[in-house]
Amino acid sequence: MQSKLYRKYRYSLILLRELVVTEFKLRYQGSVLGYLWSVLRPIFLFVILYLVFVFFLKIGSDVPHWPVALLLGIVLWNFFSEVTNNGVTSIVNRGDVIRKINFPKYVIVLAGSVSALINLAINLVVIAIFMAINGVELHWSALLSPLFIFEIFALALGLSFFLSSAYVRIRDINYIWEVIMQGLFYASAIIYPVAMVVERSPQLAQLLLLNPVAQAVQDIRHVLISDANPTLLTLSHGNVLLWLIPIGIVIFVFLVGAYQFKKRSPYFAEEV
Amino acid sequence: MSEIAIKVDGVSKNFLLPHERRNSIKSKVVNLFKNTDKTVEVQHALNDISFEVKKGEFFGILGRNGSGKSTLLKILAEIYKPTAGDVEVKGKLVPFIELGVGFNPELTGRENVYLNGALLGFSKREIDARYDDIVDFAELEGFMDQRLKNYSSGMQVRLAFSVATRADADILLIDEVLAVGDADFQRKCYDYFKSLKKLKKTVVFVSHDMSAIREFCDRAILIEKSKKIKEGDAEMVATEYSRLFLNLDSETHNNQSNERWGDKRASFDTVKITSAKVLTQESKEITFTATFTAHQDIDTLVSGSSITNAAGVEICGTNTQHQRIRLDNVKKGEKITLNWSYDNIFSDGIHTINVTLHGLNSGSVADWWEGAEAFSVKREEKSPFPASPAINLEITRKGEAK
Repeated sequence: MQSKLYRKYRYSLILLRELVVTEFKLRYQGSVLGYLWSVLRPIFLFVILYLVFVFFLKIGSDVPHWPVALLLGIVLWNFFSEVTNNGVTSIVNRGDVIRKINFPKYVIVLAGSVSALINLAINLVVIAIFMAINGVELHWSALLSPLFIFEIFALALGLSFFLSSAYVRIRDINYIWEVIMQGLFYASAIIYPVAMVVERSPQLAQLLLLNPVAQAVQDIRHVLISDANPTLLTLSHGNVLLWLIPIGIVIFVFLVGAYQFKKRSPYFAEEV
Repeated sequence: MSEIAIKVDGVSKNFLLPHERRNSIKSKVVNLFKNTDKTVEVQHALNDISFEVKKGEFFGILGRNGSGKSTLLKILAEIYKPTAGDVEVKGKLVPFIELGVGFNPELTGRENVYLNGALLGFSKREIDARYDDIVDFAELEGFMDQRLKNYSSGMQVRLAFSVATRADADILLIDEVLAVGDADFQRKCYDYFKSLKKLKKTVVFVSHDMSAIREFCDRAILIEKSKKIKEGDAEMVATEYSRLFLNLDSETHNNQSNERWGDKRASFDTVKITSAKVLTQESKEITFTATFTAHQDIDTLVSGSSITNAAGVEICGTNTQHQRIRLDNVKKGEKITLNWSYDNIFSDGIHTINVTLHGLNSGSVADWWEGAEAFSVKREEKSPFPASPAINLEITRKGEAK
């Protein structure tokens, strides 16, 4: 049974592997520091945001380990935006290959997201070091964090499927997506602590956390760094039904994206 | 032998061509308020095509440029989805519509082999096993760790071809464009085709070159204006193809009128073949007349002609300047007829005649007409070279025979 499944997806696996390897090789080609940039970039961004928001504006001084939580948020957001931004143009960028040979197209989108996933893994090592320096105590609940990372991954992948197939026909999509991402960045509680919003209005904080990105990032902060980071569950006093809304959004987006992609992919070769 | 490898059943393909490409929201929004139906044109690229390819057969798809044969190939390769009809393929199919699919200039030769190989369905381990072989065949030892952008185009083609020939498929789809490049490479390609034939592989070969179809294919179909108009023995289909070319003279003129340009201070009225339109190896020459009229007084004119084969190679030609014939002081309204004659040095296949009118050293073109006429050459021996002049060969051997 297992081998039968393997045979069916053998071609996809071979391609996926090779595309991921290629993308990784090409990414930092010609740069002196190379792969180091995938670590340096978020750290520099962190330094800037830290100086502006924490050092000068004194935001988050009452949240334990806020600088680490800030960096973690930035890394997770970068992962989300890398998957979707690569995703939008992925099919069009591979147009020359699509016109010449038939292969499972989803591999292209998947390859972009897997290389972002590898990037995330490298960055999480940096986070781990920061956590150790800051004296963050690890709890068993930290084991839950991969689940929430998977949630972000599923959302980003579903969006990529949808956006990449739409982009083949409508080339405005990437500009629209750029604007949406700008808005989503501020709506996802990356650079400010949710506790700040709770002080103003707990309802608003709950509403904010219905956004799956905000919910997942906050849940990861909660389980990994400090349970002082409020989550949708703690704010609603354990209302699981409410918590199901962002999860439902992720599942819905993924299914719609995958369906749309599957429906459109036979026509990519002639439309791209 | 009679097992079927590919079954094509009633395949049609339509392309929707928007008159203006509308792939931005603005134009879509603007378009909402207009009658959208008028702006889309349906192009029928293929119309109800059916045929079967048997296992182990070398099958040709013959047709002129724009006849739909490449669309058919892409449908067989499952790159396009047919609008109607079914395609059934039994066995592993590998398409060679272009060499080196996915080649990236920023990667090294080695990395490109693995990438291209993956697209053809090879795992890393499978390429590992074939790697030395591939490099050997491409004659690129010592270059594999250089980036592809530093390769000459010849080296790139060799590398791509080398990977492609290692694909062990049951069915191969080959586009004629594969055999581009220098004569040496073409021969390598044709050797490969022959080896496929020996190995009894199923091959679908697409071409507009009837001599290639004749040489390699067992059976063929002829596609013309999106329809299958002939199916059967390759020789018979090729003959039908040449008839198509010669019968539709007036139409070919229209089709190729866009390959005619010039300022028309003088222009050709007629170009006529005065010998047979089908040359055999016994035919000595092809003769034709070209008549032009001057529309103003012209001090100096040069008129030339050349012959092009089906692959687009200009085989030979000359003009009055090269022949040291002067065409001076041409008066307005004057009609001049040139009688051309070329020795029959042509290889098997369709050839077209081009005629030209211009100033000295090919300057200021008055009328440049490519494909003014067409003729066909039939030779029993097929040559991979564009010309087949009489060649004498004498061999002397010295030393004592024992």
